[in-house]
Amino acid sequence: MSKFLDFVKKFEPPKEKRMLHTLYDGFFTFAYAPNHVTRKSGGVHIRDGMDLKRTMFIVVQAMALCYIFGMYNIGHQHYAALGMHDGFLAGFLTKLLYGALQILPIFIVSNVVGLGIEFFYAAKKGHAIEEGYLVSGALIPLIMPPDIPLWMLAIAIAFAVIIGKEAFGGTGMNVLNIALLARVFVFFAYPGDISGDFCWVAYDYNWLHQIFGMKGATMAALGIEAIPEGMTFSKYVLANTPDGWTGATPLALAAKEGWGAVQNYYTNAQMFWGAIPGSIGETCKPIILIGAAILLALRIASWRIMLSMFIGAALTAILMNLVGGFHVFMAVPWQYHFWMGSFFFAMAFMATDPVTAASTPTGKLIYGFMIGVVGMIVRVLNPAYPEGWMLAILFMNVFAPLIDHYVLEANISKRLKRVSQ
Amino acid sequence: MNIRFKRPVLLFALMTLAVTAQAQAGGLSSAMLTALFAVALLILLVVILLVSDIFMGEEARRTGADKTGENYSLFPRLSEITRPRAAGYTNGASVTHLKRGHDILLEGEAKKVLGEARVNTVAVSPRDFVGMSPIPKVLVAKDDEVKAGDILFFDKKRPEIKYASPVSGQVVDIVRGEKRAIDKIVILVDKEQKYTEREIPNVNGFASREDLVNYLTESGVWAFIRQRPYELVADPADVPRDIFVSTFDSAPLAPDLNFVLGKNATAFQRGLNVLAKLTDGKVHLGLNAGAEGAPNLAFTRAENVEKHWFKGPHPAGNVGIQIHHTAPINKGEVVWTVNAQDVAIIGNLFVTGQYKAERTIAVTGAEVRDPKYYRVPLGANVEDILKNNILTERKTRTVAGDVLTGTQIENDGYLGFFDDQITVLHENDEYELFGWLNPVAVRPSVSSTFPGSAFTDIKYRAETNTHGEPRALVVTGQYEKVLPMDVYPQHIVKAILANDFDRMEGLGIYELAPEDVALCEFACTSKTNVQEILRKGLETLREQG
Repeated sequence: MSKFLDFVKKFEPPKEKRMLHTLYDGFFTFAYAPNHVTRKSGGVHIRDGMDLKRTMFIVVQAMALCYIFGMYNIGHQHYAALGMHDGFLAGFLTKLLYGALQILPIFIVSNVVGLGIEFFYAAKKGHAIEEGYLVSGALIPLIMPPDIPLWMLAIAIAFAVIIGKEAFGGTGMNVLNIALLARVFVFFAYPGDISGDFCWVAYDYNWLHQIFGMKGATMAALGIEAIPEGMTFSKYVLANTPDGWTGATPLALAAKEGWGAVQNYYTNAQMFWGAIPGSIGETCKPIILIGAAILLALRIASWRIMLSMFIGAALTAILMNLVGGFHVFMAVPWQYHFWMGSFFFAMAFMATDPVTAASTPTGKLIYGFMIGVVGMIVRVLNPAYPEGWMLAILFMNVFAPLIDHYVLEANISKRLKRVSQ
Repeated sequence: MNIRFKRPVLLFALMTLAVTAQAQAGGLSSAMLTALFAVALLILLVVILLVSDIFMGEEARRTGADKTGENYSLFPRLSEITRPRAAGYTNGASVTHLKRGHDILLEGEAKKVLGEARVNTVAVSPRDFVGMSPIPKVLVAKDDEVKAGDILFFDKKRPEIKYASPVSGQVVDIVRGEKRAIDKIVILVDKEQKYTEREIPNVNGFASREDLVNYLTESGVWAFIRQRPYELVADPADVPRDIFVSTFDSAPLAPDLNFVLGKNATAFQRGLNVLAKLTDGKVHLGLNAGAEGAPNLAFTRAENVEKHWFKGPHPAGNVGIQIHHTAPINKGEVVWTVNAQDVAIIGNLFVTGQYKAERTIAVTGAEVRDPKYYRVPLGANVEDILKNNILTERKTRTVAGDVLTGTQIENDGYLGFFDDQITVLHENDEYELFGWLNPVAVRPSVSSTFPGSAFTDIKYRAETNTHGEPRALVVTGQYEKVLPMDVYPQHIVKAILANDFDRMEGLGIYELAPEDVALCEFACTSKTNVQEILRKGLETLREQG
């Protein structure tokens, strides 16, 4: 083992070549935990085995199942739109392959762009590469629509990492959640491509699919000779979807026509298990809850935020049920709200980001609760966009320091009162 | 072997909520399906638990480990659940239960045996005292003969506090460091100890408090009394609000003060009586309600003091934590603290008239061949104690003090003025392949991501690797979990880094000493030097006056 270490060490570029050295250092510390020892005096002599790499990696592991399911669901929705492989498990390998080839470029672009920027800034500032993007890079593909154009993704990530993080000083300094910032950038900059009913299913075949001959196979199976002039493949598919199929998410249906409309298209089991159109990783509730369970059991994520966010959302939804009447969406029974959309994903992986959340225990309770309330308000009472967690979390990210401020002020005044007594 | 029961309750609550919501949503059939799934999952878990329980029991029988009567089952026995929470020896006194904190269990605890060691030299270092000027006024020269209790030096800023020689002997060296600062005064120890002759005073025989203070400062024992905030040697001009003494040390491998104090009850009580004369308030004694056996009778039967029982993981034994839960320090207030062994040294002066500056120290650590206790003078040279007593398989580091707050010394170096422990641990400066990934590494940690966290009695071999590089603060709530005080340590750290004086004061920096936040530093995922930052913050505030 030490021979291998010596071999690796031979490649260490000189410190003057900053770019190269940062790159080398990044990969080296990835492979080897450093040989640093604690200081001789004035500090502790032993340190906890936990470091940021490990923390981040466990979060990524908790999301791993979402990737596998998301991958399969992309394929499933694609073939459902074509009217092929009807059952959920029919054509298992084909669906899996289609999904894998669809998600792979998204994942690669996400990490190459994000980590590339991070490497560049680390080299420029002369510090080690920080691990923050490990999680962001894994989260971003999961919250994007499956057929997002790659250039759009690249621009969004560049914006989020440069403006959202590096401008504030890098990992640990950002005010807004990086992954959501990328998402919100796409949402506001390209509203046509990330809202409506047609972006939640991947219809087309990319060049990777074509290498595997998947497009040809589909066309042969459906008996399509050629796509008519002036029509792309996806438009052709959309024009010929089977009866009873919709690309609209349950939320979109509920916002337009209420719970009844949702039930016409989707069963509860379908929504619970996640065989519905939506962002890549948000649909399968049990798997997200397993991820949340991992984070809670290992005490990586804050149970305060998760619990209070759930309570906040539930109470708001119940209140809307009671008020009711103004809008069909308000009448959707409160418990169904958790089955539609991305509540659990936002709760488990987005709201719990420690950097952008409130940092005091009491603050976390307030922060989570307010996300639940605001998110539900945005989801139901906003006419344009039937999902609220992204905007609610970003909104509360901005307020988190204020919440902390008041919690600390309470602590300070408690101390002052002690003096005056 | 005890399994710690975690917080799966919440998890189940969330899951159940999800399941009920699903049940309401989906009519009978899908509710049935989900419920069946949940039940199946539960049964699977129970089966796994039961099977592992049987295996563990079998293993315990095979190795004969069950003969000790320990519970080797995964489940607690009925008697363990119904066991009374407060130990019997507290006699029904109210106990402060501290939930937050963490015991770092390490190998190499000192056996309760007193070893023989000849200490040839001792050193007194002005640097052991917070705020001392670098070049104090030294009253002895090289080759001078001194008696135990003779004054060696005093700080020119506070000339009334005298620092005495702990032993009689010959001054062999006055070591100077950078800018001619006095590093230490080394004394060759006489075979027969001679003491500065003093009349045996009577605690109640002093005309005024001032006379008593003068006696204490002249005899050299004043240096044992330190003040909070700042951990300075106490100012003789102050009258403290209260005086606090902790009778147990909860730091990793710390000496057992019940054993250390031994039969010194008379001297200890005398010391407490002296302290009681120095304050308008009370002398508070912090006792351990968390130990198996009752504390030393010297502590439980102490008079002239107010006793407080504490139970909980480290840092429950830290006097700072005990002050916070007894009567917290407010801005402008001063309290004094004295270590339990030093109370006995002060008391001994009033029993025999001699300044007998000896402590029983624990030599600990997994790298020590024979960890046990030694009775040595203050500032003793450790060479003879550690000679042939350190395992040689690994690189080692010798620390005067415990692993959280100590200072590294050479194997022939000297203990500091306040040290009562030596720890030898593994200097692990090796790279570890995929160290951050390794899920089964056995190492001390407050996080639950290491399998060892499930067991409450695994002992670890301490080593000095940082297990990661320093990073910006990312994880929150981590410091609060290991500091049982109503303060927000992470925000104090940030206030110090931002030089925000009002914030520091408001958030209670005066209630903290570096040793109290040592566990925060240990636990920090971002490897921040919390103690150093706090020390800097306190220093700035002190300079600002």
